Amino acid sequence: MLREGDVRIPSGCAISGIINRSGQVFSGEDILQSIALMHDRSNGLGGGFAAYGIYPEYEDYYAFHLYYEGAEGREQTESYLNYFFHVAESGEIPTKKTRSIKNPPLAWRYFVRPKPSYLLEEENEDEFVVRSVMYINAECKGAFVVSSGKNMGAFKGVGYPEDIGEYFCLDKYHGYSWTAHGRFPTNTPGWWGGAHPFTLLDWSIVHNGEISSYGANRRFLEMYGYKLSMQTDTEAITYAFDYLVRKQQLPMDVAIATLAAPFWRDIERMNSEKRALLKAVRAMYGNLLMNGPFSIILGSSQGLIALNDRLKLRSMVAATKGEFLYLASEESAIREVCPQPEKVWAPRGGEPVIATLEKRGVQGYDTEYEYAGLSY
Amino acid sequence: MTLSMNTPDFLIERNRERCINCQVCVRQCANEAHGWDAEEEKIFSQDALCVNCHRCVTMCPTHSLSIRKFPLEFRENANWTASTMKAIYKQAETGGILLTGMGTDRPYPVYWDQLLLNASQVTNPSIDPLREPMELKTFLGRKPEQLRVINGKLAEALPPQLELDLPIMFSAMSFGSISLNVAKSLAQAAETLGTFYNTGEGGLHEDLYKYGKNTIVQVASGRFGVHSEYLNAGAAIEIKIGQGAKPGIGGHLPGEKVGVEVSRTRMIPEQSDAISPAPHHDIYSIEDLTQLIFSLKEATNYEKPVIVKIAAVHNVSAIASGIARAGADIIAIDGFRGGTGAAPLRTRDSVGIPIELALAAVDSRLREEGIRNQVSLVVGGSIRNSTDIIKAIALGADAVYVASSALLALGCHMCQKCYTGKCNWGIATQRPELVKRLNPEIGAERATNLLKAWEHEVKEILGGMGINAIESLCGNRLMLRGIGLSDRELNILGVLAAGE
Repeated sequence: MLREGDVRIPSGCAISGIINRSGQVFSGEDILQSIALMHDRSNGLGGGFAAYGIYPEYEDYYAFHLYYEGAEGREQTESYLNYFFHVAESGEIPTKKTRSIKNPPLAWRYFVRPKPSYLLEEENEDEFVVRSVMYINAECKGAFVVSSGKNMGAFKGVGYPEDIGEYFCLDKYHGYSWTAHGRFPTNTPGWWGGAHPFTLLDWSIVHNGEISSYGANRRFLEMYGYKLSMQTDTEAITYAFDYLVRKQQLPMDVAIATLAAPFWRDIERMNSEKRALLKAVRAMYGNLLMNGPFSIILGSSQGLIALNDRLKLRSMVAATKGEFLYLASEESAIREVCPQPEKVWAPRGGEPVIATLEKRGVQGYDTEYEYAGLSY
Repeated sequence: MTLSMNTPDFLIERNRERCINCQVCVRQCANEAHGWDAEEEKIFSQDALCVNCHRCVTMCPTHSLSIRKFPLEFRENANWTASTMKAIYKQAETGGILLTGMGTDRPYPVYWDQLLLNASQVTNPSIDPLREPMELKTFLGRKPEQLRVINGKLAEALPPQLELDLPIMFSAMSFGSISLNVAKSLAQAAETLGTFYNTGEGGLHEDLYKYGKNTIVQVASGRFGVHSEYLNAGAAIEIKIGQGAKPGIGGHLPGEKVGVEVSRTRMIPEQSDAISPAPHHDIYSIEDLTQLIFSLKEATNYEKPVIVKIAAVHNVSAIASGIARAGADIIAIDGFRGGTGAAPLRTRDSVGIPIELALAAVDSRLREEGIRNQVSLVVGGSIRNSTDIIKAIALGADAVYVASSALLALGCHMCQKCYTGKCNWGIATQRPELVKRLNPEIGAERATNLLKAWEHEVKEILGGMGINAIESLCGNRLMLRGIGLSDRELNILGVLAAGE
């Protein structure tokens, strides 16, 4: 049977996200409890988490989480990392024996910074790290980069999300922002790399849905050097954000308007400046429009963004209480950890919910949207 | 004169019991296949003159006419078929090149018919176009490398774009090869539909200037009717390098079709043959093309996108890449099944490659070079129905050009005799008594109806795929599967086999 990456596997899912906007850290217990409630939305073939703020002692280092299927890939990867990077610390990711977790790969983490002499002209550290991630995934046998951002990490695998969380002892970590994913693939050969979240640098995405435009999105991204080794929509969404925000340097709201573009009939009613902008966006990046059902939570060191496809073909609910923003596929998964939220609402199709980390201030997402106010 | 060995192609059958000798058929047939014998007071027919255009059959008030293949058979021979042998008799008699019209009728594979489309089931919902918006708006033109947004505003406008309400345009047909009423029909239809028609290389008749914003003006090797006012009249300019039906040679309008109107529009003497040179004599290589592209842009103040149209030939992908780099905003590719008003039979039937393969190769090549998003890709050369359009866009086209289908909508019956100027349907003719048979208002309505019908079908099938905007189909080859194709063909098309 071909493994994920060699074949495209559609899947349905549950997602959940919690952020404290003032940057206060809290343990992984809440997110575990929230995603566990939606047990029936996944089928035990994939679960995962992204956690931000968990490595404050190494916040200037890229935290590489790696899975190895054998010793050979680890040797290859480590010699690559040691050659091109300064490795501040490395070690096995702590795990706990869990009954329902079968055949886990070897999980290691490395805190690294690229050696400046290896950067190409006009290349920054982020770009070098992206190149390295693509290289390791494609060339090092049985090695897979699970996450590569600073002061964050992804933990994922084959199993129900609550079991994966237990396996990786997530209750011991403290972060200011967490996302979770439970997967319901239509078939899977059970590869740990295939689970969500999908990450690149400090971007992470958990995603529910199957994008009908995948073929168009993929071929567009491939033109700009992205290797879509997993053949998943989630990977395409991650790279689309990376391309639009990092490479094309577009503001986050323009990136969002690319992926979930307003309808032409709505664009025609906008003021002339806005209309000119959105016409140009759709003419230019039409191939990045994500068509078909999705709800996603995009995490980064700047906060969380939740987005539905423009027809709202997948469920998603948001809620706030104090400094906390909660997002989940089902309202019950929010009330499980926050029984009395101040506001609860279902964001409309194509309208993002954006929670910017306050301490980031103006460096945040550079968007005109107010926190959680847009759809309220 | 020696004995002619040519026998009729068609047999005219007249039901004498039904025929009322009204002579409609006599008056309708410009080929004079029907005649009136005043002495006998009877209609007679000459099979040899019949081209099987169905004009008389359609017009006969008592339905007394039918046309069949002439039942004369040669001794069976799989190698020396009837058409092969008759061509030799014809050439032995005349010493000339065999002429024909419209696209090739040879049984080459039609790859559209070997591609199957996808639909959503369970894991994602199909979308109902009656209940949800279904967007077909398409932009054609050069895209910059980066969009610059400052303070939430577009800092730099996009280069000029053609905005299409649906990804279908009428492709080039010159006034001269077709009648003014055809041009009027298509221009009006393009305006109604929010798309474009194309003048071909015949210049722009003064009655058509009012359709300027829906017009693509063409500059071909003969430069007929090209002047500054003409270039500025349209929404875009197309440089015609080649045509799918006759790659490597120029257009040929026989003098019989050059009446006073055509003469004025093309700026050539009446009754003179209008023969376009095979190459543009100012383009002998790719660097010369750049100069022509930018001359035209200079002449129009950089306000109009420039299209470069080429025929699909063997190394089409390398040529297309060169054209993109030469500064063209839009590349149009015409496949070898595309139509024509007049072409040498042997060229039409043997030169060039199918548009499906050319399109797939060009799109893949431009993507490998990372420049696909900079130019737009338009394809033509026998787009016959709405699924051909969907398949073309999924293979990588931004929009399609249709011409033969548009003429069929106006009454063409594919008799392939456009070059004689005797088109009984008023399409490929300049004879006033024939031209007036096509009412431009009715023509516009029929052409509009056809594209509207296709638009509905495209929306229906897109919805089935779970897609509600055409840009999500563009280049989305996962929506296609091949059937009955070799590995090599699947590889060139970039699609998986059905079942994979």
